[in-house]
Amino acid sequence: MNAVATNTDATNVISARGLRKAYRSKLALDDTSFEIEAGRIIGLIGPNGAGKTTALKAILGLVPFEGNLKVLGLDPRTQRDELMRDVCFIADVAVLPRWMRVREAIDFVDGIHPRFDRAKCERFIANTQLNPKLRVREMSKGMIVQLHLALVMAIDAKLLVLDEPTLGLDILYRKQFYQRLLEDYFDEQKTIIITTHQVEEIEHILTDVMFIRDGKIVLTSPMDDVAERYTEVLTTSDTIEQARALNPIDERALPFGKTVMLFDGVPRQQLAALGETRNPGLADLFVAIMKGTYA
Amino acid sequence: MNASAHIDRPQSQTVHTGHKTNTFKWLLKREFWENRGGFLWAPVITGAIISVLYLILAVIGSIAGRRAGGDSFQITDEGNMAATLGGFGDGVLLAGVLLAFTVLAFVVFFYALGSLYDDRRDRSILFWKSLPVSDTQMVLSKAVWALLLAPIIAVAVGILIGLSLWLISALTLTVNGVSAGTAVFTHSHPLKIIGGVLASLPVYILWALPAVGWLMLCSAWARSKPFLWAVLLPVLACVIVSMIRILPGTSFPVDKVWYTLVYRGLLSVVPGSWYPAIGLDPTGGQEINSPDQLASAIDLTTSWQAFATADMWIGVALGVAFIAAAIYLRRWRELAD
Repeated sequence: MNAVATNTDATNVISARGLRKAYRSKLALDDTSFEIEAGRIIGLIGPNGAGKTTALKAILGLVPFEGNLKVLGLDPRTQRDELMRDVCFIADVAVLPRWMRVREAIDFVDGIHPRFDRAKCERFIANTQLNPKLRVREMSKGMIVQLHLALVMAIDAKLLVLDEPTLGLDILYRKQFYQRLLEDYFDEQKTIIITTHQVEEIEHILTDVMFIRDGKIVLTSPMDDVAERYTEVLTTSDTIEQARALNPIDERALPFGKTVMLFDGVPRQQLAALGETRNPGLADLFVAIMKGTYA
Repeated sequence: MNASAHIDRPQSQTVHTGHKTNTFKWLLKREFWENRGGFLWAPVITGAIISVLYLILAVIGSIAGRRAGGDSFQITDEGNMAATLGGFGDGVLLAGVLLAFTVLAFVVFFYALGSLYDDRRDRSILFWKSLPVSDTQMVLSKAVWALLLAPIIAVAVGILIGLSLWLISALTLTVNGVSAGTAVFTHSHPLKIIGGVLASLPVYILWALPAVGWLMLCSAWARSKPFLWAVLLPVLACVIVSMIRILPGTSFPVDKVWYTLVYRGLLSVVPGSWYPAIGLDPTGGQEINSPDQLASAIDLTTSWQAFATADMWIGVALGVAFIAAAIYLRRWRELAD
């Protein structure tokens, strides 16, 4: 098909304009628009009920919605069957059917998926405690995710969507999950979208970030630009008034009279005079931008 | 499997153009993996239990018979005896099949009712939907199991049960020295019975279609408790119609409503439920006095008369519509509670 398209001129993997989806009275997607390029790892981050899962479900053709959405050039509402050959997702932990054995899962996906690489999957499985006869119902949550990830990583999909893939896993499994994904799966042909509340853990693997709030995208930016645009300054009681004059978007007090302020778009040289500067963590930035969400 | 086709390329760059997929075959396999307990083991275990009970009964009977006075079974009219025993053999064979069919009715009912609901409840539908399988294929694979493959397994297992009961009967009679004991073998009609049972399969598929379709539709639609929706809705509708008729001056064909909604909508998953509907009981309406009459009555090809009824074909049309609706709901319905 269009597999020969190169990175530079690749059409967007996802192009969304004016998405709208209402549940009862609440809007889950409210005129949502965004573009996602190929070869990126995007973190879709938002508070509970902000519309993250709805946006992903729309991309995967799992819910009806209004608006214009193209995923790999296809409309997920009407061309889902075709789309799913190039898209894969892990919607949640522990959604593998409980009766299934490891062997059956591999056989089935191998039987139906044209882009599944069985040898690769078996290699991934070999590195875990999973054995072919084990049933999903006998596995721990972490093992289920290992199996699911092994299946998904062996599929040569163009777009992988992960919705809270590590919820409820311990830190060892969580770290391993993202490490495997980065080392054994991701390349410049692939695009990964991740939602999670554990922002700190995915921060270092993201290339792009999108903040969503009340069904609207409030920030979409490459991670490099985030570092350039936002600066955190550690002010002391001497410089605090000077700093406030520059309109920080957030400030929080630390012990010993120090205050951390977060600035949007203020040149770093200017801020350096006020105190120690550094790149803000994604979690702090998120908190600053989402202030008042639950108010 | 197909690794040899790509052996000269680095694994990570492999493009799986030559990867053969036969999605429907694997969907059918998947259903069997998930439901082999109902499709295979339920009739097999029932058959085994009945066979063992029958065997115990035969042994006890033999012992009791000896104690009571040995060869009091000696019959003078050997010809008549042989025919009777042959008819008995037929009956035993048929009993095996009927046993498996009884199990089948329950299995198909609850399978269809859970088929499009259970994976929405345990969220595993999200896994199935992450794979390149269309909802149409998914729903049809389940319908094929309910209407075709589960009945085929039931017939096969039923025949085996029948044969084992048949064998036990013949051995018991022979061992006890009943003079015409082998007549169970020689004077019964196993091929005729097996043929008749097989001939009724196509009738079953079309006859059960509206009931299976309705159950699958409820299964795809219900947010919770598909059983209540599937069963209570038609039953309550019938009860209400029945009550309305108590009012003076109204005339509803109440029996027809009950027949349509409950008998055809739910109970048609029972194999053989077409006999009363086509005005035929399986004995052909005749009284069975002699073994020969039993043999001819067992001729299940009378089932085919169901094809000549409008009832059957209206049911088929509705069944197809129900399944089409189930496919649509499968596409858009969200998770169950």
